[in-house]
Amino acid sequence: MVWRILVGVVVLIAGAFGAFYAWAWRGEIPSLGNHDASSFDPSIVAKGAQLAAIASCDVCHTKPGGKVYAGGYPVKTPFGIIYGPNITPDRETGIGSWSAAAFLRAMREGVTRNGQHLYPAFPYDHFTYATDSDINAIYAFLMTREPVRQANRAPDIAFPLNFRLFAAAWKLLYLHRGPYRNEADEADSWARGAYLTESLGHCGACHTPRNRFGAEEKNRAFDGGRAEGWRAPALNENSRARAPWTADAMFNYLRFGYDSVHGRAAGPMADVVRNLAKASEKDVRAIATYVTSLSGARASAATTASIEATVAAGRTLTAPPYGISRAHQTTGSAGHDSLGAKIFTGACVTCHHNGGGLPISRPIDLALSTPVNEDDPTNLLHIVLSGIHPQSGQAGPIMPGFEGALTDAQIVALVDYLRARFTRKPQWHDVAGALVKIRQERRTAAMEAPR
Amino acid sequence: MNAPVDMRVTRRLVLATGGAVAVSFALFPKSFAQDASGTAGKPPGDLAKFPMLDSWIAIDAHGAINVFTGKAELGQGIKTALIQCAAEELDVDPASIALITADTERTPNEKYTAGSHSMQDSGTAILNAAAQVRAILIEIAAKRLNVPPEQLHTKGGSVVANDGRKIAYKDLVGGQELHRTAQPKSPLKDPKDYRVIGKPLARVDIPGKLTGKPSYVQDLRFDRMLHARVVRPPSYGAKLAAVDIAAAERLPGVVKVVRDGSFLAVATQSEFQAITAMNALADTAKWTETAQLPKQTDIYAFLKKLPSQDTTILDRGNPNEAGVRAVRATYHRPYQIHGSIGPSCAIAKYEAKKLTVWTHSQGVYPLRDSLAAMMKMPAEQVHCIHVEGSGCYGHNAADDAAGDAALIARAVPGRPVRVQWMREQEHGWEPFGPAMVSDAYGAVDASGKIVAWQYDVWSNTHSMRPGGPGNLLAAQYLARPFAPDAPKPIPQPEGGGDRNAIPLYSVPNIRVVSHFIPQVPLRVSALRSLGAYHNVFAVESLMDELAAAANTDPIQFRLRHIDDPRARDVIIKAAQEFGWKPNERLARGHGRGFAFARYKNLAAYCAIALELTVEHETGDIRLRRVVAAVDSGQVVNPDGIRNQIEGAIVQSASWTILEHVTFNTREITSRDWSSYPILRFSNLPASVEVHVIDRPGQPFLGTGEAGQGPMAAAIANGVAHATGVRIRALPLSPANLKAAIGI
Amino acid sequence: MTILTVNGKEHNVGGDPNTPLLYVLRNDLRLNGAKFGCGLGQCGACTVLVDHQPVYSCLLPVSVLEGRQITTLEGLGKNGKPGPLQQAFIEEQAAQCGYCIPGMIMRAQGLLDHNPSPSEADIRAYMQPNLCRCGTHMRILRAIRRAAKELRTVRAEPVR
Ligand code: FES
Ligand code: FES
Repeated sequence: MVWRILVGVVVLIAGAFGAFYAWAWRGEIPSLGNHDASSFDPSIVAKGAQLAAIASCDVCHTKPGGKVYAGGYPVKTPFGIIYGPNITPDRETGIGSWSAAAFLRAMREGVTRNGQHLYPAFPYDHFTYATDSDINAIYAFLMTREPVRQANRAPDIAFPLNFRLFAAAWKLLYLHRGPYRNEADEADSWARGAYLTESLGHCGACHTPRNRFGAEEKNRAFDGGRAEGWRAPALNENSRARAPWTADAMFNYLRFGYDSVHGRAAGPMADVVRNLAKASEKDVRAIATYVTSLSGARASAATTASIEATVAAGRTLTAPPYGISRAHQTTGSAGHDSLGAKIFTGACVTCHHNGGGLPISRPIDLALSTPVNEDDPTNLLHIVLSGIHPQSGQAGPIMPGFEGALTDAQIVALVDYLRARFTRKPQWHDVAGALVKIRQERRTAAMEAPR
Repeated sequence: MNAPVDMRVTRRLVLATGGAVAVSFALFPKSFAQDASGTAGKPPGDLAKFPMLDSWIAIDAHGAINVFTGKAELGQGIKTALIQCAAEELDVDPASIALITADTERTPNEKYTAGSHSMQDSGTAILNAAAQVRAILIEIAAKRLNVPPEQLHTKGGSVVANDGRKIAYKDLVGGQELHRTAQPKSPLKDPKDYRVIGKPLARVDIPGKLTGKPSYVQDLRFDRMLHARVVRPPSYGAKLAAVDIAAAERLPGVVKVVRDGSFLAVATQSEFQAITAMNALADTAKWTETAQLPKQTDIYAFLKKLPSQDTTILDRGNPNEAGVRAVRATYHRPYQIHGSIGPSCAIAKYEAKKLTVWTHSQGVYPLRDSLAAMMKMPAEQVHCIHVEGSGCYGHNAADDAAGDAALIARAVPGRPVRVQWMREQEHGWEPFGPAMVSDAYGAVDASGKIVAWQYDVWSNTHSMRPGGPGNLLAAQYLARPFAPDAPKPIPQPEGGGDRNAIPLYSVPNIRVVSHFIPQVPLRVSALRSLGAYHNVFAVESLMDELAAAANTDPIQFRLRHIDDPRARDVIIKAAQEFGWKPNERLARGHGRGFAFARYKNLAAYCAIALELTVEHETGDIRLRRVVAAVDSGQVVNPDGIRNQIEGAIVQSASWTILEHVTFNTREITSRDWSSYPILRFSNLPASVEVHVIDRPGQPFLGTGEAGQGPMAAAIANGVAHATGVRIRALPLSPANLKAAIGI
Repeated sequence: MTILTVNGKEHNVGGDPNTPLLYVLRNDLRLNGAKFGCGLGQCGACTVLVDHQPVYSCLLPVSVLEGRQITTLEGLGKNGKPGPLQQAFIEEQAAQCGYCIPGMIMRAQGLLDHNPSPSEADIRAYMQPNLCRCGTHMRILRAIRRAAKELRTVRAEPVR
């Protein structure tokens, strides 16, 4: 009797596994004969260039200092490091031998030309929603790039997850294949924005929290997530932006990396805006329209008046700390005699000085800065430690990092001061703890930095 | 300098030449002042303007040898080179010479240290003066030892007789011996006997600078010295409507707030107090802004539309010849800054109706006159002393800072006042290098020779240096303001906006027209190499375009059109050292570029060959190998020349790839290094080689500005070779490049 | 009153404790090495070492520096002789106007303190924050390579 049950169980398991295996199995798509770049319609290539910018392909497919799209960028995941592969049309090391069908399958199902399952660090859970024509345009764009011979680096993923079947299992649970249902009609900006944001833009990949299997928690969409140790701020009604976002402000931010009320894109977002500068303006507006709408009531309530009020309120908080106009005499960690205040006056005021007509590339009022208003000090700490640096030779604000200059205690005092002085929000608890954690991450990052 | 004609100087001639001082030296073609031979019996270089030997060289009773120059050290190493000249002809150890530089109470008035003239003017003068002084010393010794002069020679600071007897220089000069008029001919050494000239003598100023000795005007400290800052308006011409001076005066350390019309400044006990007070004043200052700047996006069209004074500087044959192939092109160069790393600084002291100013101005005498006029003081009461500043690369804010200091010092008599400009002030208010446009036409015939050439260049002035008081920034903002001098073009052969507008190549039919635009929308003045930077960029780009039209290798094409043997040597040297293979094809994205020019068509010859790559996806230019050849005539300090050319190459790479001033219709918006990025280590070439061709006995040729133009053109030609796209508007920034090469 | 340890010596400095270190070094302690270039943390002319880390002295109030080791250009040499990096810069004649050089030397010192044998790429990357307008960069790189080499040979010599 018992043995029958056993046999039954075994058969069931074997069957289930077989079924799963059959489901998960992907064949190889025959390699493409020598392709000729000039065979692609230039208008399609141009469209592909703009869509590739929206997808920020170059970020994960270019190693620091390396050739664009030749791969090698270390993408850190909770399960290990995955290196973005070479997507230049080199036949041996890139996608030179990939047919359009193979590329389409990769974007839709996360499978390589030879049938290998890709890890979800490649956001096919978003790309799957892209339309065939959009994916084909990106294909045309990539296949007309300069082929670069650069071998791919195997992921550093621990046993047993290094078995690709786990990727397949992950898809079984979390990949809802596209294309995007209600295909957006170009005319409707919001709909177009929704389509781009959810598919190629893959904004949720960073701005939506992930569960323990590294999948986005769809019920908490855009509730704020993490990216390279930074906080990807919430884009929904939980946004901590001091002033509500408007579609115009969002457009400025996404297109130019700067909005006078919200400030400058920094950290991982800097790469995104660098790309969006190359995308079609119409599409960026569409994304701005949709993303702004995510914060719901707050956005729709936003009026020029209400924003100006916020800005004005900010100004009173940031009156210059010279003898003359001490409008506000606060005490404690925001007091003018606190350690934080001293550091601020000696180290920060030259630039973060809101009074006066000295025309110099000035940052926005700290009272309006999202990092200062966020729920935790992560992003503010990142900025204080490493500063802000434009790409070499490009115009853009330069803020020096204070990592070597200030002691941990001093950084904590400064951050507490900024929070207390420039917001009316409760102090962050355990800034010191957060600082230790970030320093740790930075140390490991420094060690992994590709030589 | 070589084989001067022997001629007795008459007293009248001396007066006449002395009188020449009054005439702006820009009117002297320098080749003429440079080379005595054939000129009416004048001693060479600035010795012609200041013929008294002791105004150049003095030997005191202790044997100290003081050499005087009206030129200033700007980081170009001129002190060392001038000491080498004196030491060589005097037969003394360079270390025993004290060089006294630009000082209105001690040195000759050699006007500005600019235009790569220092070696030609002052170097030549000192070399010749030293030779004549040596002759005088020998002549005196001959009498003392009563032996014929030919039995005497000089060595280690003494005159030595064949029988071994010797007399130290100091024992030969007790009084007025050196107060003599220079002869037109000097008993110069034969260059093959040089022991000091031509050797890479280590720069005398470097050790102090690298160990923290006070080396710059910024480092000077006087007892009871006050620190001052000026509050500049937000935009050109803004008027100060109101400001809370009382509040600022209550701030710690404030000694005086100075307001005269829209000129606003504060003097305090300590430097940080000055900065704090400056910010405080700026906070309460209300300005009425009046500036109406042109739109940056169509600045070139705007400039071309302004009225211009047109001069045809070369007209030969029929420049409309069609030839078999023709090229028409327009080239642009944006406004660019000097961008000294150390913002301008000056110290002034006003006491007993006398004003003393320590300044890094390029021209202490002209500055003195401007200051005197602005302060309504007699010029003799104003003493300007040059002290080095951060490299200036032309007319930056040095003189303006001196003007600020003078005004503030007068308000606190007896106390030295140190004015330090802030970074955003230097970026926003220094006079920029002018934006320029040129239209070019060239045609080649069937034999691949240039048959026609037309070149029209539009430019503002390239010199708003002190002269009148209104050329000092502060003077324009006083309650009773001074207007800047009417802009004047610098005439050929040196030229300003049309400097190097005439190609050195032989062309049968050619017309070159200089369109001088008097109206100045943005504040401009002399930036290193003036118009030559733009014109060489344009001319040498056009040469490559014509070479392509004639499908000839660019270097062969140049050689085909140039006879000057020294020009050919420089071109060939650069090509050989680079390993240039005619008509070589390179991999996609890889390019090589070449360019040549003789600065001002009268100074140093410089050719540059380089190799670069352009990343198609980003438009990033990576400079690989840069090889330069230069001929500066008689080499005084080969390492000094290499240093200058290396610097020119890197600086010009920064100008050419990255730089442009930005502005809106109200104000300048590039106010610091984040809004006006310049080259950093990551954009450097992989390597830079400079090969110096020595020309013993030939006149010195100014080198300080020889590399800027050729480097710009070599990069543009390399980019065209790498991408197949010719870009004619600077800068060749990634954005502009990407836009040009497409997806 | 703030107590600063500069080049191994303690100094009592009065005045506003918010004063950036640069002005105290230059005006109170009369050390010319650190230069004012921008006061904005953009150029590196003011670079000094704090606990062996290169920092911008133009953006550090003295009040936060008590008990920390500050090293300036003047602190690199020993008994009147220039330090190894300074010597290397002199030998390579790595200066034109020289205004940026003290900051360059201090930053390079910070590099060699942590990485005695930097690659060319390491050096260029590390020197990125410092600006030079004269275009002396190639010589600066040569000087740093020379100093690194000399320091290595010195270290290599047997101690007797
Ligand atoms: S002066 Fe400190 S970084 Fe420029
Ligand atoms: S040497 Fe002059 S700025 Fe670097």
